[in-house]
Amino acid sequence: MERPHPDRTVDATGTFCPVPIIETAKVARDLSPGQVILVLATDPGIESDVPVWCRGTGNEHLGTETDGRTWRCWIRLGGPRAGRT
Amino acid sequence: MTKRKPKALGLISGGLDSMLALKIVRDVLGCEVRAINFYTGFCITETQRRRGTRKSDGSVKPNEALVAGAELETEVELIDISDAGYLDVIANPKFGYGANANPCVDCRIDMFQRARVMLEEWGGDFVFTGEVLGQRPKSQRRDTLGLIEKNAGLQGRLLRPLSAKLLPPTRAEEEGLIDREKLLDISGRGRKEQIALAQELGIGSFPQPAGGCCYLTDEAFARKFFDILDHREERRIEKEEIVLLASGRHFRLSPRAKLVVGRTEGENFQLERHAPGRYLLQAPDHNGPVGLVEGEPTWEEMVVASRILARYGQGRAEPRLVVEWRRDGGVEDRLEVVPYRDDAEIEKLRI
Repeated sequence: MERPHPDRTVDATGTFCPVPIIETAKVARDLSPGQVILVLATDPGIESDVPVWCRGTGNEHLGTETDGRTWRCWIRLGGPRAGRT
Repeated sequence: MTKRKPKALGLISGGLDSMLALKIVRDVLGCEVRAINFYTGFCITETQRRRGTRKSDGSVKPNEALVAGAELETEVELIDISDAGYLDVIANPKFGYGANANPCVDCRIDMFQRARVMLEEWGGDFVFTGEVLGQRPKSQRRDTLGLIEKNAGLQGRLLRPLSAKLLPPTRAEEEGLIDREKLLDISGRGRKEQIALAQELGIGSFPQPAGGCCYLTDEAFARKFFDILDHREERRIEKEEIVLLASGRHFRLSPRAKLVVGRTEGENFQLERHAPGRYLLQAPDHNGPVGLVEGEPTWEEMVVASRILARYGQGRAEPRLVVEWRRDGGVEDRLEVVPYRDDAEIEKLRI
């Protein structure tokens, strides 16, 4: 199955929360609605954090895959609420 | 003329009180809100996640501030403040410690100073928090709330919406930017009013009993924290030491040397990650924990450390076993020792 093509990749491997989300949020601010971010992380917490971060920011969590050591999360940036309230 | 929309910067812990504060400021007072969460490095949930702790269903607990953001449909910006400046505040608090290693007043002043800088850069009107008058014995007394506000340079610009009617009005209230009548007069340690308010404001889920999770308030953590400070000439603590403080069993071998023994696979992994510059101990012929020794132990102390490590491995019943000492990848020494049989002997060294 073909994965979504990312417009930007955030390589947060080797870091722990909150760094992966901080880096993802930074990249999200530079992109436009509809664009896709791929987050690479080794912190297992990313699997839980990305969906809740997406709910808070109005972005869409497209899915997460893992081989047990690295997690790959795809996010599609949302519209008006994808940012501050 | 249309009244401009006030801009408010909220400090969100992820607990119910800060969620309510945000709801009030955004939905009741009608402010534009920017929500932030400061990561200090002392969060219990985060440290457990780093150690590989999972919930009973196998999932990893999500960051509480992000969960609050999801519930409130608001972006909560995570900001890492676990830098040398913050750690210096924790090691040298001007206003002292609480019951354990928690310098809550200094910690809040530091956070609010950072929030003030962000507020001014953003062009905001005030900072708000979910603090409740009298909820915590030290940092939320009336006099302390004022002291924190003054020392952070936020006089008149710090709103505590849950207790605002019991506190002097902020500048935004005095200028009519926000309506004081819509603010609340909650005080004390109870949660009944907040739970009723959550229902009224449509907050469906929130942490029980409260958000926030600080290792500095933990007695066992505090012993290890002060042990480090007490055995250093300069009163400082390093960022990487914080994770170690929350991992493993700690033993003071002497003023010069300390041993940490992993309790779980996750902790062993953490210790191995922190091995550079320290001795890494392992019994190569038996399954068991890894140990980390900081400092420069004497030969006698190496024997004691090896016997302690051997006590916690699967070779503990053996008459003698080998413990290997590695440093920066190479084997420095191999000691054949008798595992400790009597825990009372070990407990004397426990920090």
